[in-house]
Amino acid sequence: MGEYWNIKPELEDSVKQHFSAPPEAEVELEFEVPEKDFNTAGRGSSEVKDLLKRLGVDSETLRRIAVASYEAEINLAAHSKGGVMSCMIYDDLIHLRFLDKGPGIEDITQAMIPGYSTADELVREFGFGAGLGLPNIQKNSDALHIQSAKGSSTLLELLIFFSAP
Amino acid sequence: MTLNEIKTLLDGEVLNLGPGLDALVPCAIASDMISDILMSCREPSLLLTGLTNNQVIRLSDMVDLVGIVFVRSKRPLDDIVEMARERNLPLIVTSKTLYTASGLLYNAGLRSSDI
Ligand SMILES: Nc1ncnc2c1ncn2[C@@H]1O[C@H](COP(=O)(O)OP(=O)(O)OP(=O)(O)O)[C@@H](O)[C@H]1O
Ligand SMILES: [Mg+2]
Repeated sequence: MGEYWNIKPELEDSVKQHFSAPPEAEVELEFEVPEKDFNTAGRGSSEVKDLLKRLGVDSETLRRIAVASYEAEINLAAHSKGGVMSCMIYDDLIHLRFLDKGPGIEDITQAMIPGYSTADELVREFGFGAGLGLPNIQKNSDALHIQSAKGSSTLLELLIFFSAP
Repeated sequence: MTLNEIKTLLDGEVLNLGPGLDALVPCAIASDMISDILMSCREPSLLLTGLTNNQVIRLSDMVDLVGIVFVRSKRPLDDIVEMARERNLPLIVTSKTLYTASGLLYNAGLRSSDI
């Protein structure tokens, strides 16, 4: 079982606090992400961004959330047998969780390398497969956690604080 | 540079007008890879691309695109133009290649989006 963490050093305490005792979310949303369905993939991320915009989140934070969320949502459609995207909104942060039905990532450290991609022909035709999605998620998140193993499901979750610089 | 000047420089055809072609375009990005575009688009930008599928329009929900130029005469299907209409997103198609179109705009003073 592989596990990967990346937390912005200055936010370590708040992130640990969140994961050790998650409070009740103000809003919770869930979206199905079917395998290889690039007609609907991305809708969840669009909706989440719309909602946060109405809630008054600033545009730079909105962009970071939308980009990280979209990359993760597309990865479910592109590389897994489908899964669920869940979105938990709190006063000060958003927690996004992506849980799929496998086939898992054998080596997460390798998957994180910019340019590494196993995208197939169909996925590449849509313009995916640069191998930049996971690095892009890391760059835009305050905390990133990935748990996976070959032959099992992949869990990717991230936190973005609304007030973070 | 305005979208109208860009249309003229590229000898382009407008597929969707959006809010009009008088809008100022601050910078541009050219790519056929979606993650590459998402990574480079931190400010309002014009996108030049050979991609014509629905995810290219979906991108504009995530980052701030001021318009899309489709190169090498690649035309998106009607339902994709319709998606752009719903988003009020200008679309232009040109027969020029990605390299030529980018070069023409760069020479005319349109800078690259900051990464
Ligand atoms: N949910 C997942 N299930 C299984 N494998 C995954 C999953 N997400 C990512 N991967 C693996 O990690 C690799 C790198 O992912 P990343 O998002 O960085 O690039 P990509 O999806 O291949 O291309 P891009 O995101 O640039 O379009 C993928 O090619 C795939 O092998
Ligand atoms: Mg990806």
